[in-house]
Amino acid sequence: MAAVLKVEDINVYYGSIHAIKGISFEVNEGEIVTLIGANGAGKSTTLNTIAGLLRSRTGSIEFHGEPLGKVAPHKIVERGLVMVPEGRRIFTQLTVEENLEMGAYSQPNATIKPSLEEVYALFPRLLERRNQIGGTLSGGEQQMLAMGRALMAKPKLIMLDEPSMGLAPILVDHIFDIIKSLHEGGATILLVEQNAQAALSVADRAYVLETGKVVMSGTGRELLTSDEIRKAYLGA
Amino acid sequence: MSFLNYLVSGLSLGSIYAIIALGYTMVYGIAKMLNFAHGDVIMIGSYVCFFAFTRYGLNPFISVILAMLVCTMLGIVIEKLAYKPLRAAPSLAVLITAIGVSYLLQNMALLLWSSNPKVFTPIVGKPGSNSFTIGGLTVSYVTLLTIVTCVVIMIVLTTFISRTKLGKAMRAVSEDKGAAQLMGIDVNTTISVTFAIGSGLAAVAGILLCSAYPNLTPTTGSMPGIKAFTAAVFGGIGSIPGAFLGGLLLGIIENLAKAYISTQISDAIVFGVLIIVLLVKPAGLLGKPMREKV
Repeated sequence: MAAVLKVEDINVYYGSIHAIKGISFEVNEGEIVTLIGANGAGKSTTLNTIAGLLRSRTGSIEFHGEPLGKVAPHKIVERGLVMVPEGRRIFTQLTVEENLEMGAYSQPNATIKPSLEEVYALFPRLLERRNQIGGTLSGGEQQMLAMGRALMAKPKLIMLDEPSMGLAPILVDHIFDIIKSLHEGGATILLVEQNAQAALSVADRAYVLETGKVVMSGTGRELLTSDEIRKAYLGA
Repeated sequence: MSFLNYLVSGLSLGSIYAIIALGYTMVYGIAKMLNFAHGDVIMIGSYVCFFAFTRYGLNPFISVILAMLVCTMLGIVIEKLAYKPLRAAPSLAVLITAIGVSYLLQNMALLLWSSNPKVFTPIVGKPGSNSFTIGGLTVSYVTLLTIVTCVVIMIVLTTFISRTKLGKAMRAVSEDKGAAQLMGIDVNTTISVTFAIGSGLAAVAGILLCSAYPNLTPTTGSMPGIKAFTAAVFGGIGSIPGAFLGGLLLGIIENLAKAYISTQISDAIVFGVLIIVLLVKPAGLLGKPMREKV
């Protein structure tokens, strides 16, 4: 399988704090790969570095064989690597449809309409609320909007940062159903989650992060049944 | 003069404030900075128009376009050289830089064109008859042009911001730069465009201002700049309709205060009204209260 994303030995600092200490991993075509770990393990920092919002001092990040190390964040989106940020960060003053249009900013205008239809088919709730201001949506709807907005960019790889954060269990299930259906449709997904149980059960492969390092990796099933993981992350 | 006359000339002055206030409010909305050099861009635009139109006798329309082009370029260059390197700096550093740029422009103008006032020729109107009368109300062509220009700018700009892709991107950047980048929006270009639009409008405002008050000096832009900034705060800084409303109200209040109370303390009255409004509505008339990030 071809590696879509290849992260090699990245080191990221916040001022003098060494947040990511030599992480390496890869995501192959059509896979769901998840990074799990506790608060402060460096999951979001890793995604922000891949998205170009933070920079690594060492190593390399390659997307479809091309280095991303010095590419501006908006150019990374143009290449098809799109992130749904932690906390959703939808535009609360823009309408639902305007939010979606912003997602397609890097795309030619002619594709916006068909993309909107696809997203509305996936999230009928967004169609109902298309003219509503983003800030008036509930948490679950905002998460749908954030994911729909990312899909508008026609991503070759979509990175999801804590999509289940702050959602009621039933909505968490719904969001993970959507992740599964995207996967079945052939999407390549890099998923960061604190909800290890949910993440591991959909993931093809997983990496466990602890204080800025990869401490374990394997298939979702392997980690789900590993004693260490069960003790540390699944509360068993 | 009748009350209606004072009202119309106040509306005209207010239109100028409104057009200037737009530059402040758009830049504040997107770059979260107060561009105190904005008033001096007005002055530069007026000089360009003065030389093109009054001195070299070019067509007034071409002179205005020329002034707008020069100011647009100037706005982009100021942003690139002075403000962009400070994107991550504390806002106080940016504020001081803006004041520095303001003095730089004034002193450059002083060196180039001296402090002797230049007499600006109004860009509309025929010699001998600068005004017309409707139903007992005498209105100068400049007044009419100013009000019409303000209305046109208001409609075009509102449509641009609410309908076009770039306009929506500007709103997105104004709300969350990081998330906007993740959409593939080039934040630097968006900020440049904002400065370009604001500065181009500053040229228009300067020309209208000097057509109404034809004394052009290197400090011509300062006072209207400060008043327009006040108007932007009055209407709610960051809000485009707020800039229009604030500008128009400020102009009308100033003119009525001059007419009925005292010319000398009219400015004090204007700023007094601002203080009262801000006491009652700290975010300004149409401003949104600051939301806490959670």
